[in-house]
Amino acid sequence: MEAYLGYFLYLLSLLTVGGIYALFALGLNVQWGFAGLFNVGIVGFAAVGAYSYALLTTAESTFHLGGFGLPLPFGMFVGMILAAAIAAVIGVICIRLRSDYLAIATIGIAEIIKLVFKNETEITNGPRGINKIPRAWEHFSEERFYSSWPLSWFASPETWESFFDWLPNWWWQPFFAGTVLLVMYVVYRLLERARMSPWGRMMTAIRENEPAARAAGKDVTTRRIEAFVIGAAIMGLAGALFAQHLRLIEPTNTFDSAKVTFLVWVMLICGGSGNNRGAMLGAFLIWTIWSASELVIGGTISLIGNVFQNLDTTILETRAGFLRMMLIGILMQVILQKYPGGILPEVRPASPKADKS
Amino acid sequence: MWDAFGFEFVNFYLIPGLVLGCIYALGAIGITLTFGILRFANFAHGEMMMMGGYLTWTIMAIVTALFGLTLHPLVAMVPATAVVIFLFLLTDKYFYKPFRKEDTIKVVMASFGMMLIIRSAVQAIWGPNQLKFVSGIAKPNEILRDVSGSIDLMLLVPNKHIWIFLGTIVIVIALSYLLNKTRIGKAMRAVSDSPDLAHVTGIDVDQVIRATWIVGGICAMAAGVFLAMDIQLLETTMGFRMLLPMFAAAILGGIGKPYGAVFGGLVIGLAEELSAYPWIGDTPLLSPGYKTGVAFAIMVIMLIVRPQGLFKGRSF
Repeated sequence: MEAYLGYFLYLLSLLTVGGIYALFALGLNVQWGFAGLFNVGIVGFAAVGAYSYALLTTAESTFHLGGFGLPLPFGMFVGMILAAAIAAVIGVICIRLRSDYLAIATIGIAEIIKLVFKNETEITNGPRGINKIPRAWEHFSEERFYSSWPLSWFASPETWESFFDWLPNWWWQPFFAGTVLLVMYVVYRLLERARMSPWGRMMTAIRENEPAARAAGKDVTTRRIEAFVIGAAIMGLAGALFAQHLRLIEPTNTFDSAKVTFLVWVMLICGGSGNNRGAMLGAFLIWTIWSASELVIGGTISLIGNVFQNLDTTILETRAGFLRMMLIGILMQVILQKYPGGILPEVRPASPKADKS
Repeated sequence: MWDAFGFEFVNFYLIPGLVLGCIYALGAIGITLTFGILRFANFAHGEMMMMGGYLTWTIMAIVTALFGLTLHPLVAMVPATAVVIFLFLLTDKYFYKPFRKEDTIKVVMASFGMMLIIRSAVQAIWGPNQLKFVSGIAKPNEILRDVSGSIDLMLLVPNKHIWIFLGTIVIVIALSYLLNKTRIGKAMRAVSDSPDLAHVTGIDVDQVIRATWIVGGICAMAAGVFLAMDIQLLETTMGFRMLLPMFAAAILGGIGKPYGAVFGGLVIGLAEELSAYPWIGDTPLLSPGYKTGVAFAIMVIMLIVRPQGLFKGRSF
């Protein structure tokens, strides 16, 4: 029974993190899949969302600015807005230029954002990071939440305390996974509506043939900025959920561009850019491969260590992770060259294929 | 004029700035050539520089182990350059060439993937920790110090910086000879200006592309080794750290203009170092932690005001 519980919790954590990555992939899909904008600064927007959520919702702390203890959804909302605002500034500057410049600018802004979070120790606690970030559902079992509204309307703090002591310590996991998946589903439905709408079809037209779209009187630059901002807002939201999942964020290792930006790109390309379902499928698939391969490689290394007793496996352990990254990179190159459409290729709203389904 | 103030300014800000500028300039030459001739922003360029540093270190270590000699990095660099050029041509053949007829953004994506592949490969082979490239404290060159000190203009320049200056000057002169006097150099400039016209006049574009990778590879290699000589150690993030300033230098000088890249590199290097100088009061004008931000700020201003760069490069 214990073992099954372990598998169940592992599955839940796969779904949680997979769902968060799926949100990132959906955000990138709006930018790249819909509008053809090349954003390699996903990690920057994620960090903005995560940090604004963390600063607004944590309890007051001496290590960083505030800890304002505001409601959780408000923190997530502000994270979205700030990520969108930064995207709007970059968009206005770079979108009229060729896509290479946008790529350079986004990778630059991501580095600058991380630099600010690392150097402004007064506000963000610098490289030591922010911890005790409240996680949705689990936060109810913290004293400052069960002793205030809305929980205090139902029972006294003492009752709540004994109730949370009575619950198994993983009680929040299904709820948190459910919340992440619900947010993902809502965003997916909204984006599907957007894709089917005239706006979505105009995006495709601009991406495929910009001069023709321009000649037809479409405001290309504004539409592109819109797509870039909406995508960044979704990334900010995903960043806030990422902060909840981790509970401790710091600028360098949490927001490693290889682990966030690159992995999300592999997910989108693998699942199928331009297809929202493909983006989500790619996210869950690549995340499962990524986290399962960690277990498999770890097991193999300890097996090698057991067989060859005198071999020092610590070097293997530290380097296997990089090898895994390299293989994911090669996987991306292969998909890019051989299967450019991904697993679920894009289906145009007006095509007969879309009518059938 | 040459009081304690000037002494500090020149030796601790101006000269390090020029050294950094030389490194950026060499890196930016490769970026601007690939951007101008192959028409894409190569994100893997910084990682190639880093790889060059690691290969040089390996050759030095092998020679020390076999013959007990300590090679100078500039000597060990020569065989390493061959390897890096080979890697450049290999990545081009297998990862960039398949997309040559397609939308260029696909190549940018492929180069972004290459960036991660190369970095993880280096981390897997050499390990993620810092390696010592050259040991010991770099003492200022004594002859220069005594000569300049005797005329009250004391310059404290370590030998490594003199090597970097000389190396950069030699490479830039060789490059300008190549671009202005040789057939292949002229062909490179022609392709950079107008690929279709160049093709019509019978220029072998594939050969020009190979030449671009070779020239870019030599410059990247030199930049990587110079950087490792300057900071005296190797780390796997050093290529990525260089990437943004190099792009800024290439854009500042104008895409496709090698002299512009050299000028841009020097400007960015100087701006980064001088931004930490206490211009107003006693504290640094900008906290040294934000040095990278200077390059980015210059780049953003250029993109707003003059996307074609100072030397009228290509604007897409």
